[in-house]
Amino acid sequence: MAKRIEASNVSSYYGSFKAIDGISMTVEPKTITALIGPSGCGKSTFLRSINRMHEVLPGARIEGRLTIDDQNIYDSDVDVTAVRRMIGMVFQRPNPFPTMSIYENVVAGLKLNGVKKKSLLDDAAERSLKAANLWDEVKDRLNRPGAGLSGGQQQRLCIARTIAVEPQVVLMDEPCSALDPISTLAIEDLMFKLKDRFTIIIVTHNMQQAARVSDRTGFFSIDKTGEPGRLIEYDDTQKIFSNPTEKKTEDYITGRFG
Amino acid sequence: MSLLEKTPTGVGMTPDNIRARKLSVVVNIGVAVLAVLLSAAIVLGAGIGNWVLVIVVAAALYLVGLYAAASQVEGRRAARDRIWKALIYSACLLAILPLASVVWTLISKGVERLDGNFFSTSMNNIGARDPMGGAYHAIIGTLEQVGLATLMAVPLGVLGAIYLVEYGRGRFALTVRFFVDVMTGIPSIVAGLFVLAFWVLIVSPWFNNGTPRFSGFAASLALTVLMLPTIVRSTEEMLRLVPGPLREGAYALGVPQWKTILRVVLPTALPGIVTGIMLAVARAAGETAPVLLVAGGAAAINMDPFGGPQSSLALYVYQQAGDASRYAPARAWTAALTLVVLVLVLTIAAKLLARRNQLSR
Repeated sequence: MAKRIEASNVSSYYGSFKAIDGISMTVEPKTITALIGPSGCGKSTFLRSINRMHEVLPGARIEGRLTIDDQNIYDSDVDVTAVRRMIGMVFQRPNPFPTMSIYENVVAGLKLNGVKKKSLLDDAAERSLKAANLWDEVKDRLNRPGAGLSGGQQQRLCIARTIAVEPQVVLMDEPCSALDPISTLAIEDLMFKLKDRFTIIIVTHNMQQAARVSDRTGFFSIDKTGEPGRLIEYDDTQKIFSNPTEKKTEDYITGRFG
Repeated sequence: MSLLEKTPTGVGMTPDNIRARKLSVVVNIGVAVLAVLLSAAIVLGAGIGNWVLVIVVAAALYLVGLYAAASQVEGRRAARDRIWKALIYSACLLAILPLASVVWTLISKGVERLDGNFFSTSMNNIGARDPMGGAYHAIIGTLEQVGLATLMAVPLGVLGAIYLVEYGRGRFALTVRFFVDVMTGIPSIVAGLFVLAFWVLIVSPWFNNGTPRFSGFAASLALTVLMLPTIVRSTEEMLRLVPGPLREGAYALGVPQWKTILRVVLPTALPGIVTGIMLAVARAAGETAPVLLVAGGAAAINMDPFGGPQSSLALYVYQQAGDASRYAPARAWTAALTLVVLVLVLTIAAKLLARRNQLSR
């Protein structure tokens, strides 16, 4: 059920400001793709335009074509909520809903989309928490508030919440940047596990992480502040980190700039 | 040369000794006792005031003495710290003082008529020489008028605030926000006059064979006008405090915007919203002028808020306090106490209700 994502010549604007320019890339199903690059180079903007989350900001719009299994998600008759159910997202800072318990957090997506049957919800909660490697830690306190967990547990809770609605693609926007190394490891293990079922795209500032987890890597960069971000190189992770084609990529991953 | 190897420049504030001398508690208390004695000697000796002035002068003397003693023992910085701390505590005490005084006065004077008769009878057929008479009709009036006003103002106010925060863009939202701000400053008598001119004189004759009619509902319309801006602004502030990532988290699950607002944003902001609503309710319950203008006030029990004059607790206090009967002031005090307790109970109930939805930590 994982799907192929194809971006062709995607440019994104905030009002009159052009954030990214002419991005074209294809993401194969059941792979992990890492997007790396310096701050402000548009990788998060690109990620957020894949499930139309950038539209939350007023004045945001996009040019070009973004398809998921050949359906253009920016067609005028597309239901945004359906797109977001199909393409889930995990954010930089864990954002469990503070008024909900752990259980309610996990099934929030199902419940708020109209699933009422208790057995279905219970089943989904257990399955998602197990998939997120969190079940053993929280199974005795499912009714405690989700905000009471540690940062790493909260982030895994958010991942469980995301996969509970059975998306086909999971987008991760620096999911480990607020976490300690142990929690980071837990989430990276989790990503390998989820790869069997989902297409995963992850934005990260941590190049070791990109090298460890991803199959393919895209390197974004900007010439200078105020210019739109561009995709410099997109290739197998192995190649990007050992023998990149572009000079800029090599400079970045060897730490010579950025 | 790395940063770590740099030699100190000599401008640092590094002390050689990290210990400091402390002003002992005995000296502190001594200064306080001295201040009181000195102040008593000055004030009572000169015969210029009573114990209130003694306390005020003693406080001032204590501050001066404390500063002097502390700067001798601990140095100037520590002395300044002590003075500011003392000033802040005094300000806190001064702020609580009027409140405590109000509560004490209400209870001590209101207890005289705090009996069953007060809460079960009205002022119907109570003459100037009757020691009895109660506020049952006024309590009914306050509950009905404030209840109806809350029923109208809360949905309007909360929905208006949701519009301003979640949907409102551009000129229209700015205009709405501006007029809400303007409405905040409307004197209650103006709200009363507006309802008198609009509802009582123009609309109510349609329902009453052409004759204008006072009613509790007219009063609740005026109270709604007064409550609306408070509710809109406080709810707006609370909704703005809900972090954006929470909304995004819900959107990313494919939850539509209206459901995100209803199930994620509102519950998160609920305790604050309830506080704002209770402030508005408390204000409305204490309003006298609009009730006097459009509900007229009545001595008898009138359960129907839509027909005929009604009283309210605030109006009852106003009328009894100005009454010539020697039994009236006691009724006014008890009614005032009742009003305060009523608002307090409502506030506590609302808070408990709002907290029930929160998870225990």
